[in-house]
Amino acid sequence: MTGALDLPRAALPFVSFAPVLRANGFAVAPEQTLTFVEAVGLLGPRGMADIHRAAVACLAPAPERRAEFDALFRAHFLGQTVAADARGDGPDEEVWIGEEADGTVELPEPEEQNEAGAQATGSEVLSRRRFPALGEAEALRRFRRAAPGRLPRRRSYRRAPAKAGDAWNMRRTLRQAVRTDGEVMSLPKLRRKWRQRRLLLLIDVSGSMKQTSDAHLRFAHALVAAAERAEVFTIGTRLTRISRALRLRNREQALERAADVVADWDGGTRLGDALAAFLSVPRFVTFARGAAVIVLSDGLERGDHRTMVEAVARLSRSAWRLVWLTPLAGAPGFEPQTEALAAVRPHLDAIGDAGSIDRICTQVLDLARAAA
Amino acid sequence: MAVRREIQGIDRPEALADALRAAQYLADPELATAAYLALALGKPLLLEGAPGVGKTEAAKAIAAVLARQLIRLQCYEGIDAAAALYEWNYPGQMLAIRQAGEDYLNIYADRFLIARPMLRALQEGASSVLLIDEIDRSDQEFEAFLLEFLSDFQISIPERGTVRATDRPVVILTSNRTRELHEALRRRCVYHWIDYPGPDREAAIVMMRASTVARATADAVVAAVGRLRAEPLAKPPGIAETVEWAEAATLLHDQGADWPLAFRRAIGVAIKDQDDLAFLGDRLDGIIAGAAA
Repeated sequence: MTGALDLPRAALPFVSFAPVLRANGFAVAPEQTLTFVEAVGLLGPRGMADIHRAAVACLAPAPERRAEFDALFRAHFLGQTVAADARGDGPDEEVWIGEEADGTVELPEPEEQNEAGAQATGSEVLSRRRFPALGEAEALRRFRRAAPGRLPRRRSYRRAPAKAGDAWNMRRTLRQAVRTDGEVMSLPKLRRKWRQRRLLLLIDVSGSMKQTSDAHLRFAHALVAAAERAEVFTIGTRLTRISRALRLRNREQALERAADVVADWDGGTRLGDALAAFLSVPRFVTFARGAAVIVLSDGLERGDHRTMVEAVARLSRSAWRLVWLTPLAGAPGFEPQTEALAAVRPHLDAIGDAGSIDRICTQVLDLARAAA
Repeated sequence: MAVRREIQGIDRPEALADALRAAQYLADPELATAAYLALALGKPLLLEGAPGVGKTEAAKAIAAVLARQLIRLQCYEGIDAAAALYEWNYPGQMLAIRQAGEDYLNIYADRFLIARPMLRALQEGASSVLLIDEIDRSDQEFEAFLLEFLSDFQISIPERGTVRATDRPVVILTSNRTRELHEALRRRCVYHWIDYPGPDREAAIVMMRASTVARATADAVVAAVGRLRAEPLAKPPGIAETVEWAEAATLLHDQGADWPLAFRRAIGVAIKDQDDLAFLGDRLDGIIAGAAA
């Protein structure tokens, strides 16, 4: 190991920009810092614009966080103060450093373990509203165990060797033929593999769903952990992507983080607008394409529900299955009472009961069976 | 990795921007800087942006400027090594074994090797630009595999050994950002987010691409497209749509249609989604009239 770094003085401001970025949640690799220094050297630099362009190109901030990045750049190189909240309002795009750093093995936690309640404001909402759903922990545990085998699957585009299949395994055929002097003795086959379908979960967190939204979040956390590819959004007055937050293994941490990200707890309902917003981001629409889409909502839409019907129709066209689970549907054979829900009914593949976590788990696990 | 200040006479971002303009591509200073840095540092260039902002066009223009052949690899879900790297000509091998009889035959000779885009780019490193298009469509296995390729610029073929690039090819990756790319991949690359161009630049692009279009028409179309992009549409019009709309409207106008009407009737080349048209509904006329005024 060599001792102190022998850096030219001129390179110092550029090298020291990296820790500033890291402290603000940007992931910057040493390799990128090096590229940045080289790039600045290459460009001259003839002015601040050159340095800024080099920084953007080499340190690669996500487009949603450009404003924040630029503010830090100005603060570092021009000595300006950072605007109070320069963070771009792209939902859930911040990088969480030290994710899963604890490295602990996932343990199923007992339900009421957070009695102490000494937590920050964001999660307070969560912890205070915890209600003792009987058997919820057990239902979630069972869900996680059963999920890998029972969540809906689709055929992959990749082929793998198989006993019976629909394509010849030419590579293996040739290898075997070489061994027998070019004589083909058998024809190995290839078959398309199976992959889990994408799952998209949309959780209504508006005021009317107050009773259940935190239980729904716990379900979402179990779903993200159990499924290969799952995306979770909350909808209320705004649309927030919380998949990243939920990817933390530890449930309390994950929920706390999700609670921080969501800004519209118990607000009003503008389901139609939130869904339309979802559909207008191409990146998000991709999550729905060919996916099993599960909406956890009572479908109580205030005012005109035309936007909502249009959005649901579009969602239904790109999804593989669109299932609406509402806490209002108690009995089997339930028919939607609210006007909005009745209007979207023709576009749904199924409408079900979200009365308890156990019921939700069962219905999600039965998605594949219902489709068959 | 050697840092070269000058690549084929291009020694500054501005020089690259000029050369790109000569190749019919108007690059903003940020893109020119990122592309110049990628070339000078010998790193891959990662271009991200919404569909239709000209990512693939940028790659084509860079290949044209460098007078290199563009090797394009279109990604899709399930793309694998056989489609991206190489494949053996199995029927050919089988026939050759039969014909050879007792003679010695190297069934892994060059003539049985079918080079796919990534292998071709390695073999012709000095004279090619490798475009890996829409990487976000591929799955994560392929991304991990690409990471290896981009860090060492070598491919190992079990039957043949390792193929290494004598000269590194210029590599350009594009992504529509339908999913997030792996951080490690972003780190390896010089990154640029291509945004929709500003009105002036977009009008200049229209003028450059469509010779028949008058400046006033170009401005009007660009203004209308700007408003359309502000709407929450499923398929916002890209730059190609802007150019086509201007051309189509000019054509209809030459055949005797009035201006707002010519725009209105040519809308099919700009908005290609029934839901979007229905969503815009009556407001479409207002948007067009406002822009044409």
